[in-house]
Amino acid sequence: MLEKHAKLERNSIWLLIFTVIAVSIGGIIEIVPLFRMETTVEPVKGVRPYTPLELMGQQIYIREGCNTCHSQQIRPLRDEQQRYGHYSLAAESMYDHPFVWGSKRTGPDLARVGGKYSDEWHVAHLKNPRAVVPESIMPSYAFLADRPYGDWRIKRRLQTLAGLGVPYTKEMISEAANDYEAQANPDPIIDPTGLLERYGEKVAVRDFDGNPDEITEMDALIAYLQKLGTDVDFTTYNPDYVIKKQAKPAEKSK
Amino acid sequence: MPDIAQSPPVLAPPTETRAKPRFDETILKYFTIASVFWAIAGMAVGVLIAFQMAFPQLNVEPYLTFGRLRPLHTSAVIFAFGGNILMATSYHVVQRTCRARLYSDFLSWFTFWGYQAFILMAGLGYVFGVTQGKEYAEPEWYADLWLTIVWVAYLVNFMGTLARRQEKHIYVANWFYLAFIVTVAILHLVNNVTVPFEIGSVHSYSAWAGVQSALIQWWYGHNAVGFFLTAGFLGIMYYYIPKQANRPVYSYRLSIIHFWALIFIYIWAGPHHLLYTSLPDWAQTLGMTFSIILWMPSWGGMINGMMTLSGAWHKLRDDPVLQFMIIALSFYGMATFEGPLMSIRAVNSLSHYTDWTIGHVHAGALGWVAFISFGAIYYLVPHLWKKAGMYSTKLISVHLWIGTIGIVLYITSMWVAGIMQGLMWRAYDEMGFLTYSFVETVQAMHPYYIIRAVGGVLFLLGVLIMTFNIWKTIKTPDAAENEALPASPAPLPEHA
Repeated sequence: MLEKHAKLERNSIWLLIFTVIAVSIGGIIEIVPLFRMETTVEPVKGVRPYTPLELMGQQIYIREGCNTCHSQQIRPLRDEQQRYGHYSLAAESMYDHPFVWGSKRTGPDLARVGGKYSDEWHVAHLKNPRAVVPESIMPSYAFLADRPYGDWRIKRRLQTLAGLGVPYTKEMISEAANDYEAQANPDPIIDPTGLLERYGEKVAVRDFDGNPDEITEMDALIAYLQKLGTDVDFTTYNPDYVIKKQAKPAEKSK
Repeated sequence: MPDIAQSPPVLAPPTETRAKPRFDETILKYFTIASVFWAIAGMAVGVLIAFQMAFPQLNVEPYLTFGRLRPLHTSAVIFAFGGNILMATSYHVVQRTCRARLYSDFLSWFTFWGYQAFILMAGLGYVFGVTQGKEYAEPEWYADLWLTIVWVAYLVNFMGTLARRQEKHIYVANWFYLAFIVTVAILHLVNNVTVPFEIGSVHSYSAWAGVQSALIQWWYGHNAVGFFLTAGFLGIMYYYIPKQANRPVYSYRLSIIHFWALIFIYIWAGPHHLLYTSLPDWAQTLGMTFSIILWMPSWGGMINGMMTLSGAWHKLRDDPVLQFMIIALSFYGMATFEGPLMSIRAVNSLSHYTDWTIGHVHAGALGWVAFISFGAIYYLVPHLWKKAGMYSTKLISVHLWIGTIGIVLYITSMWVAGIMQGLMWRAYDEMGFLTYSFVETVQAMHPYYIIRAVGGVLFLLGVLIMTFNIWKTIKTPDAAENEALPASPAPLPEHA
């Protein structure tokens, strides 16, 4: 064996090739099947793509590195389910490009934070965390409320994501800029009927940051937070869901 | 041996017209200084964010918040400090053990300036909120593309030097460097497949989503540890420990097994970052299993490094540089035992999401990566600047002990904090309710966060002492300052 290995030691190209082979095997075996197995992401009723406003909120979430301290992945352990709610399902993050599961809980998990606190609480908390939770060590993000937030080429963003497999319809893309504004319920009001038709009745339409004059980064971030974990109705969710070819509720949901 | 004139050490790229010295050492000086510079910068940011966790008032919105500074810290220490020392040592080792000058002067300088440019692009991006949000892969598409170009240049330069070697065999340290360079390239390319939503926009959307995105990211992330922070630094171990101890590597056979087993097994271990998540169970189990198997090659390598001192253990008594290297290996052994332990599902259910992980990472990063680098730097500086030795051996010792105390404070406080956090999260009272609210667990961390920050300050202080020592060494008036020395390559480490 040592004799054979000596050949590798004398030829840099073969050494390179054998190294590439050795490091490729594990990755291929673990990663490739994830894209091919239907059981990787079981379809779940209710999961929908982000609305334009929520999508921009996620952008702020990533920009500020919220995921360095907050996870979005509840494990099926007794205490976690009691603290945060039902364990996270693969389908719930299937439209996250990339995933924001996080790996550290300096602060609590946010996978199901949607609807747990009022918008006013979020505004006060983001502006000065210690005003609401005295022991908190979170940085303050008051500047979000002062930054007007345009739609930032939202149409192009939806188009890009549609190209990557997120089921945004043609209508969702063409109406993106309008939907963006309609959800934040600005003054004067923009009719949100189309938005609700496209994304479902559950979409929260309101002025999130308490300032109807303009759409701010605060609006977008809170819209995103209030959506987290609210897609699936766990009173009817059946974990032993049988995969049926015709049932792709995620894509059909309105 | 032909008589080759050695140009005096001038800080400028050698010109083509002059006869080239046998080895390109100027580039090594640049990389060495850069790594020390980035070590100070990266660790200073580390100390700042450590204090931010104890005293949140230190966050300055919008640019200097923990969320934006944390990637600045990790990138600066891993890619800037670690990357520069890997390039310095790999360019040094490959020239020495091949008895050949680096393949291309242009590529050497291109990798130097190109890599520094990448660091600046990435770092500035974080402060201004440009990030992909993936740990250790935060740089956006434009910086990623640039890094790809620089990295290919690095690979070509390294392979080209191997190709023109005067030695029949490729020395084992170079196998590790080669595996590091090529695997990091593969990881980087696959994990960073993104689509900028618009040309001219800094932001892009990852091609991978949800579960697949998570696995690809941790396949990348774990192997950034495996190949950047382990394989590369094992290359340092395989050259500088034999050199410093003046002994051949303990076992040639073991180094072959070590190399192939390590690179083959490491790549599987990524899913242990995703235990109990929505990643399919089969993938989790594979990751956990291989993580435990990984303990073997890791310790095999550690033993190979340590036993290199057999017959020369007395040198450890009064050579602080060797002490750095052996303490580094001890931390390597400890961290590579702790890692498989934490990959076991039952342990992971407690340790994941807590500061235990942070402690584990720093046992490896401070104890292994940084200490073996300091050892290499203390070897390189007098060698490159042609001095008899470092300015002060005493200060090397001071650095060693202040650094070690810093690490011990850091990891012990994080063990206690992490395990406490994990236990508090899952504690139930006799009525069956959760005992602690989340914020009570945050509050309980406060004293440990302070101890950790103090540990970080000590570690940084050690680096500043090293910097002073390096400065004084370079400034020492020496015979070599005035007259050209003949190129006298030190004896190669023998093939055991």
